Amino acid sequence: MTDLCVELCGVKLPTPLVLASGIWGCCAETLVRAAREGAGAVTAKSCSLEPRVGHPNPTVLPWSGGLINAVGLSNPGAPAERDVLRTARGELAQLGVPLIASVYGHSVEGFWEAVRLIAQAEPDFIELNISCPNVESEFGKPFALDPDAAGRVTAAARAVYAGKLLVKLSPNAPEIVAVARAVAAAGADGLTAVNTLGPGMLIDVRARRPVLANRVGGISGPALHPVAVRCVYELAGALDLPIIGTGGVRSGEDALRMVMAGATAVGVGSALCGEGIGVFRRILNELEGLMTEEGIDHLADVRGCAHV
Amino acid sequence: MSSQPHTVMRVADLVPEGAAGVTLILDGALDCQPGQFIMAWLPGIEERPFSVMDDAPLSLSVAHVGPFTHALCLLQPGDRLWLRGPYGHGFALHGAHPLLIAGGSGAAGLTLLAKRARPRGDQVSVVLGARTADLLMLRWRYEELGCVVAIATDDGSCGLCGTALDACNALDGPQHDVLYACGPEPMLRAVARYARDRALPCWVSLERVMKCGIGVCGSCHCGERLVCADGPVFASSVLL
Ligand SMILES: Cc1cc2nc3c(=O)[nH]c(=O)nc-3n(C[C@H](O)[C@H](O)[C@H](O)COP(=O)(O)OP(=O)(O)OC[C@H]3O[C@@H](n4cnc5c(N)ncnc54)[C@H](O)[C@@H]3O)c2cc1C
Ligand SMILES: Cc1cc2nc3c(=O)[nH]c(=O)nc-3n(C[C@H](O)[C@H](O)[C@H](O)COP(=O)(O)O)c2cc1C
Ligand code: FES
Repeated sequence: MTDLCVELCGVKLPTPLVLASGIWGCCAETLVRAAREGAGAVTAKSCSLEPRVGHPNPTVLPWSGGLINAVGLSNPGAPAERDVLRTARGELAQLGVPLIASVYGHSVEGFWEAVRLIAQAEPDFIELNISCPNVESEFGKPFALDPDAAGRVTAAARAVYAGKLLVKLSPNAPEIVAVARAVAAAGADGLTAVNTLGPGMLIDVRARRPVLANRVGGISGPALHPVAVRCVYELAGALDLPIIGTGGVRSGEDALRMVMAGATAVGVGSALCGEGIGVFRRILNELEGLMTEEGIDHLADVRGCAHV
Repeated sequence: MSSQPHTVMRVADLVPEGAAGVTLILDGALDCQPGQFIMAWLPGIEERPFSVMDDAPLSLSVAHVGPFTHALCLLQPGDRLWLRGPYGHGFALHGAHPLLIAGGSGAAGLTLLAKRARPRGDQVSVVLGARTADLLMLRWRYEELGCVVAIATDDGSCGLCGTALDACNALDGPQHDVLYACGPEPMLRAVARYARDRALPCWVSLERVMKCGIGVCGSCHCGERLVCADGPVFASSVLL
């Protein structure tokens, strides 16, 4: 009998698939729908202390390698997001699906103030998004590129939040393991790896200019997948923290690959493009089929098994 | 798909739409269902969703409401427009006597449906509503497609003085067996109630602020639904 339940930092997820931040999750209703459709945990869109409108269009574009986006962290601000999360949490609890809130700040103070407010909604986890590559022109290099800065933000959040704390890492960090060690030492309970790659740029040759209004944006989907797998592999090899392996997962095979690299749960984001929310059921069916075929009863039995 | 998300077409012809805006007839075609939409990009300006008014040649009807639609209204024959799509789920044809109800630029969302109904021999009636006569859009197109057209304006400057729904009530002719509506949401809600009261099947096309157009960003949500991916066409019961 295959069993798809997993445990992340002691919290039970009915399936290993996690709705990634910024995908679908800008209101309580869509988060709840993702949970009903097979997500084992759902991550809300990142929110900052103050509301943000984000960048003008084009902000999200499909291309042959997946997606490129520079949404620019549009969100209603932490006080309004707290209310959205409260509503979502009540309904998600009935489904047994944990809620992951996501917080973003452009300074250490911005982070901890937003964390303090979001904590009032009592999500099951708070994820620190220290790795968004799309607001660099406004706020400078993401904290996730530098172990010291990443550690400082994590410590500040830890000081005001006693619940489960995840930190979302960047595939662009020159040494992702050093960043992970710093956030672990500062009190993170788990890691989400990874955010988008880049930034990258698409240029339309007829328009003779970059297509995104922000010119550059984060790369997600298939083009990111092998990079994400390598990041998860390195992290799992070096640290003991549970990891949500995220990046270009589109099939049961991709999900199992993430687990074999060392992930405890598997994030799904860009795969919703085109296929829609049914993607969760399809991936779960494929994963179950593959586990039966390979004689795997529990994902925990093969977690990290690719470390050879 | 390539690493260029958009395809490029040129404006082949323009049809003025009174004080409302313009219909842009492009020099290419697009394979799509009635009710689907495209994202139109003007480099350096913006990218926004528009209904496919006609598929071959691809045509868009634009109501001037702000900066981007203003820029579209300034396009001249030969100018280029960048597009991606078609996106979303459109209308399926039901019944034999459809009634199409459009408010303002919503007229652009139902023309392709009228075009597809025609070879089936369906008798298509259309009610076009607008605030004033010079804001009516696409009457010419529905007439060209052989539809029976009724008009309603808020000030009575053309057709019946009243709402599109008042004009529906005043229509005589064949008994309608299905309703399709596109336009401002208060009108769509009224149509949904009208359909419920008469036990008629009814589909409506909704609008929300769109970014990705492909069901990823969540900006176009309407309750738990995403207008770009689950819609824009929904059974009218979603509005009740
Ligand atoms: C599926 C769909 C089909 C549409 N089809 C047509 C059509 O055939 N003809 C037509 O004239 N208009 C259509 N629209 C509306 C059109 O997209 C907006 O009028 C346009 O984006 C306004 O841009 P603006 O810069 O001129 O005005 P703005 O000043 O930017 O906005 C005016 C109004 O347009 C709406 N709007 C703003 N941003 C967006 C956005 N990103 N996405 C959607 N709506 C927005 C808001 O209601 C706003 O109040 C459609 C919208 C949708 C969602
Ligand atoms: C449109 C879009 C918006 C995103 N917004 C956020 C965000 O607000 N916060 C965040 O931590 N990650 C955000 N991400 C990154 C995703 O959560 C995920 O880490 C990344 O896309 C890789 O996974 P995928 O290939 O499955 O999409 C966003 C990604 C996309 C495509
Ligand atoms: S516009 Fe992005 S999900 Fe609909």
